[in-house]
Amino acid sequence: MVVFDRPKSLTDKEFHYCPGCMHGVVHRIIAEVLDELEIKGKTVGIAPVGCSVFAYNYFNCDMIQSPHGRAPAVATGVKRVLPDNIIFTYQGDGDLAAIGTAETVHAAARGENITIIFINNAIYGMTCGQMAPTTIPGQITSTSPYGRKPEIQGLPIKVCEMLAAIDGTAYAERVSADCVKNIRGVKKAIKKAFINQIEKKGFSIVEVLSNCPTYWGMSPVESLEWVKTNMIPYYPLGVYKDVTANKENKKEEE
Amino acid sequence: MSELVLMKGNEAISEAAIKSGCRYYFGYPITPQTEIAEYMSKRMPQVDGLCIQAESEIAAINMVLGASSAGARVLTSSSSPGVSLKGEGISYLVGSDLPCVIVNVQRGGPGLGGIQPAQSDYYQATKAMGHGDMRLIVLAPNSIQEIIELTSLAFDLADLYRTPVMILADGALGQMMEPVDFDKLQPREIPEKTWAAVGHQNKREPNIINSLYIEPKDLEDLVIERYKKYDIINEKEVKYEEENIDGSDIVIVSYGITSRIAKTAVDKLRKNGINVGYFRPVTLSPFPAKRLGEIADMTKRFLVTELNMGQMVDDVKLATKCKKPVDFYGRTGGMMPSPDEIYQAVLRTLK
Repeated sequence: MVVFDRPKSLTDKEFHYCPGCMHGVVHRIIAEVLDELEIKGKTVGIAPVGCSVFAYNYFNCDMIQSPHGRAPAVATGVKRVLPDNIIFTYQGDGDLAAIGTAETVHAAARGENITIIFINNAIYGMTCGQMAPTTIPGQITSTSPYGRKPEIQGLPIKVCEMLAAIDGTAYAERVSADCVKNIRGVKKAIKKAFINQIEKKGFSIVEVLSNCPTYWGMSPVESLEWVKTNMIPYYPLGVYKDVTANKENKKEEE
Repeated sequence: MSELVLMKGNEAISEAAIKSGCRYYFGYPITPQTEIAEYMSKRMPQVDGLCIQAESEIAAINMVLGASSAGARVLTSSSSPGVSLKGEGISYLVGSDLPCVIVNVQRGGPGLGGIQPAQSDYYQATKAMGHGDMRLIVLAPNSIQEIIELTSLAFDLADLYRTPVMILADGALGQMMEPVDFDKLQPREIPEKTWAAVGHQNKREPNIINSLYIEPKDLEDLVIERYKKYDIINEKEVKYEEENIDGSDIVIVSYGITSRIAKTAVDKLRKNGINVGYFRPVTLSPFPAKRLGEIADMTKRFLVTELNMGQMVDDVKLATKCKKPVDFYGRTGGMMPSPDEIYQAVLRTLK
């Protein structure tokens, strides 16, 4: 019998997220993975600054709340002291791709054996809807009220493409939480990113395209449709780097 | 039998950290403290420890935050401009009640300033190392032997009070060599770190390392609690050195490398019949305010001397409640005063 129950790796605390926001779904997926891999007891999670700042209240494992953008550096410190524990960061686009770009790139370059779950919803939610480094050209936010103009506000950062170019990255995949089929892909990728760490394969990042109904000014359904029609074309889904797969393929070839 | 070793200040800090059980160092090269990163790069692997050269001082202090959260004794070091970059992380370390030791081998400023010795980060270290209501413990050694003793003490105080502790040195102390005796270290007993984020092994509730308290009342309660801790530190951990205070005509107040120069001037002045006393704060935070308050009734005036534009003067005036005049003589960024300059400054003050 299959029972849809609350994962043990989530606490009883009610999420504070807006109705229709996919943070809750991704939290649940991470918790399911921690349960399935039976690693809750040795996991230390790192919460960012942004909408998911309270993540430390939701995961039923030891948690650290990091300064804005510095989660990969904090994770480095924890992982180097506790190499056999499982360390993950949960970060949004402002945290990971703006203020914390250096920490992200260099954790990847060092090949830190950590797992990064990166939520890209192309906007700053916690401060109420400003432009993110991943806001797409033409997208209206409160600090790009005429639509993001590349000649003024520059172009978005494509995180998976960027990190795939770093030698130390073991695994980088972009998935989307816009529909049931794709959410299954989110789970598969997140699970792989944790298994990589257990198997000491190195730096793994999963970028999850997500929504922000509140500050996109849409209904939840409309916002998921917007992910599909606007974000996925700009941020194509797929595996951008997987050193672990290459190794296995090579073995098979041999 | 104890053995004397000739060491540079930067090396002495590093070796003292290792002898105090520190096995993690995260830093970034900057003159005049780079020897710490170099020494640690060589030495840590020999003791199964780890030294990582971070991509920035910001990353380094956040690696410190992570390692400290995981219960480790951890060190970072930098010099003035680099320490400014660490300010954010230090505030978070305070807000999360995390222990660590931070070394500032000061150089001249502001901005890129210079690379020569200075004490111009006194305000930053003692008053405003980060945003928010916060303090650090700040220790100011004036010899290489004292560097190793205070480094050992810094790790103990950090763990006992769950707070970052800063060693405020300067380019001269970092670079100069003196004999040291590591057998003189006297470690204190440290309680187990049951609060650390090391994985709960499904045996306890999650430990959460956090500095965010969204309810104003919760935040205020915690800040008040932390300030009670500062009161205890103020009561128990103040350190200073003094000489010939009672009945003196003037007391020179000085710390760190400048106190060595001042002491030479004081000895010469006394030899020549000037009744001068000497007071050296070893802890700049907590400041030896109580003792200086008493001294205000035992001498006629004060002369503060330091390698800056007079940043400790306010503290001396407050401690002495301005009962006696407080004068100042200082130089900045590498313009080290000679003992004779301080000698003459005392004579001018007494005129």
